[in-house]
Amino acid sequence: MTIQHAATNVAPSVRAKEKGHGEPSDTPMVSFEGVTKRFGGTGGQPAFTALDGVDFTVAHGAIAGIIGRSGAGKSTLVRLVNGLEKPTSGKVVVDGTEVGGLSESALRGLRRQIGMIFQHFNLLSSRTAFDNVALPLEIAGVDTRTIKAKVGPLLDLVGLGDKAKSYPSELSGGQKQRVGIARALATDPKLLLSDEATSALDPETTQSILELLKRINAELGLTVLLITHEMEVVKTIATDVAVIDRGLIVESGKVFDVYASPKHETTRTLLASSLALPEWLRTGIKQTPSAGDRALVRLVFFGETAFQPLTGRLVAELGSDVNILAGGIEEIGGKPFGSLVVSYSADPAVIERANRFYAETGLSTEVLGYVA
Amino acid sequence: MSPDMLLNLLLKSLGQTLQMVAAAGVIGSLIGLPIGIFLATSGRGELFPAPTINRIVGLIINAARSTPFIILVVAIIPFTRLITGTSIGTYAAIVPLTIATIPFFARLVEAAIREIDKGLIEAARAMGATPTQIVFKVLLAEARPSLMAALTMTMVSLIGYSAMVGAVGGGGLGDLGIRYGYQRFMPEMMLAVVVVLIVLVQLVQSAGDALARRFDKRNRKN
Repeated sequence: MTIQHAATNVAPSVRAKEKGHGEPSDTPMVSFEGVTKRFGGTGGQPAFTALDGVDFTVAHGAIAGIIGRSGAGKSTLVRLVNGLEKPTSGKVVVDGTEVGGLSESALRGLRRQIGMIFQHFNLLSSRTAFDNVALPLEIAGVDTRTIKAKVGPLLDLVGLGDKAKSYPSELSGGQKQRVGIARALATDPKLLLSDEATSALDPETTQSILELLKRINAELGLTVLLITHEMEVVKTIATDVAVIDRGLIVESGKVFDVYASPKHETTRTLLASSLALPEWLRTGIKQTPSAGDRALVRLVFFGETAFQPLTGRLVAELGSDVNILAGGIEEIGGKPFGSLVVSYSADPAVIERANRFYAETGLSTEVLGYVA
Repeated sequence: MSPDMLLNLLLKSLGQTLQMVAAAGVIGSLIGLPIGIFLATSGRGELFPAPTINRIVGLIINAARSTPFIILVVAIIPFTRLITGTSIGTYAAIVPLTIATIPFFARLVEAAIREIDKGLIEAARAMGATPTQIVFKVLLAEARPSLMAALTMTMVSLIGYSAMVGAVGGGGLGDLGIRYGYQRFMPEMMLAVVVVLIVLVQLVQSAGDALARRFDKRNRKN
């Protein structure tokens, strides 16, 4: 499949202007232009294509989530941004600088402006929390006094002011990741890369780490690029999302839009956990109706439609023959998002009336299938 | 032979053993450490990629390690003479002991460094660290407990090797045991030598373990 969602899906300048910090430039913080990455291919072994022509941009100040299954190329993608991997072809540009064109020492300079956090934290076991946060500063050649003045407030920021002298083995997973975040922020980066930072944490800790990242994004105006396989993560904090599958960005846009009307199969699968039909509904679902069947329809409420009593009006429109089967209301990208699965007669006249109602009200719907 | 003479012999031999083990241990480890670091970081795609030299050094180390120590002692006599001006005696014996220590310790250092989670190297690279900074700030710092254990193991092995340098007049406890305990049928001398060696090894091991524990922050609990 070679669907490529152009970079224009994400309006890079909008958010930077909304936030009103930094230069009001149109250059995105990160942009991928036709990036491919192949591994191996020497010594007669076939090359493995990790990325197959990726176009994608991250706006200044955004929290962009790249979501995909394992092996989809996410880790490679994020490592291209700080030059830990080099693209086979195409360009990766960070804040106007092409990463591929940098010398080793220039690349080290760039890396100091890009913080990174990891799934397994990657803290030095031989150093205390304080000294772990100090490490990037030592590497940058910052003097001891400045380091002392800097590390304390960073530990306070991540809520670990009292754990400065603790070693990683004395900290919980969530605390370790907080140290990792403080360390990533030590050199005042403009961009934070997150490589599955919450995947090793329990749901509750995940939420608190995500809250922290959200706060850092808002308070420090830091752009965040995170990769994950959990839709929950994207839903909770991201402003923009790109869905990656087999080395291609198959869908991208504002989180709310992608969530409200997923277009690609992979997106639907990833969303399945939160939008899934109950087991008893999924079995026996058909794609074409026969006489006497009922249509199974998902109604999606967001924006204006979220606040109107549309369900009641639908019932009135179609008669009493509307059955509510599943549903819920969530908050996505800071906005309410409701999903309701209903069934009603698949009789053409009823379908006709329902469709007219949807067109009038602007309700977003999706016919899931037909059941007997 | 009077007990006094026996004790004097024992003390003199202990002194020789300590001298040989300390000198060979210190010099051999100082040379072995950088070689071990090189072995662990010069493979393809590693910090200082030099796969060809890496392979050659590896071959030399394997060759040195597969040569039985007693043969090594005799084989390098010309080299020993070049360094110390003589091929016999305690000082001369330090040369083959050092030569044997280098590859032994280098392999242990290599293993200790390779044991470190690759994620730490990646994290340091992502911070903008140079390969040299990664070696000193990450690899050596994190490997400290394992390096301490490696040094202990090297010292204990050296005590064992030092028993064989009697062949070139190196003296030491092993030599004393062979010449008096075995060849002159003095089982009490043999016993005394073995007891002193056991105590010596125990002391080295305990000291090494204590240091390794102090460096090891990996399993601290609240």
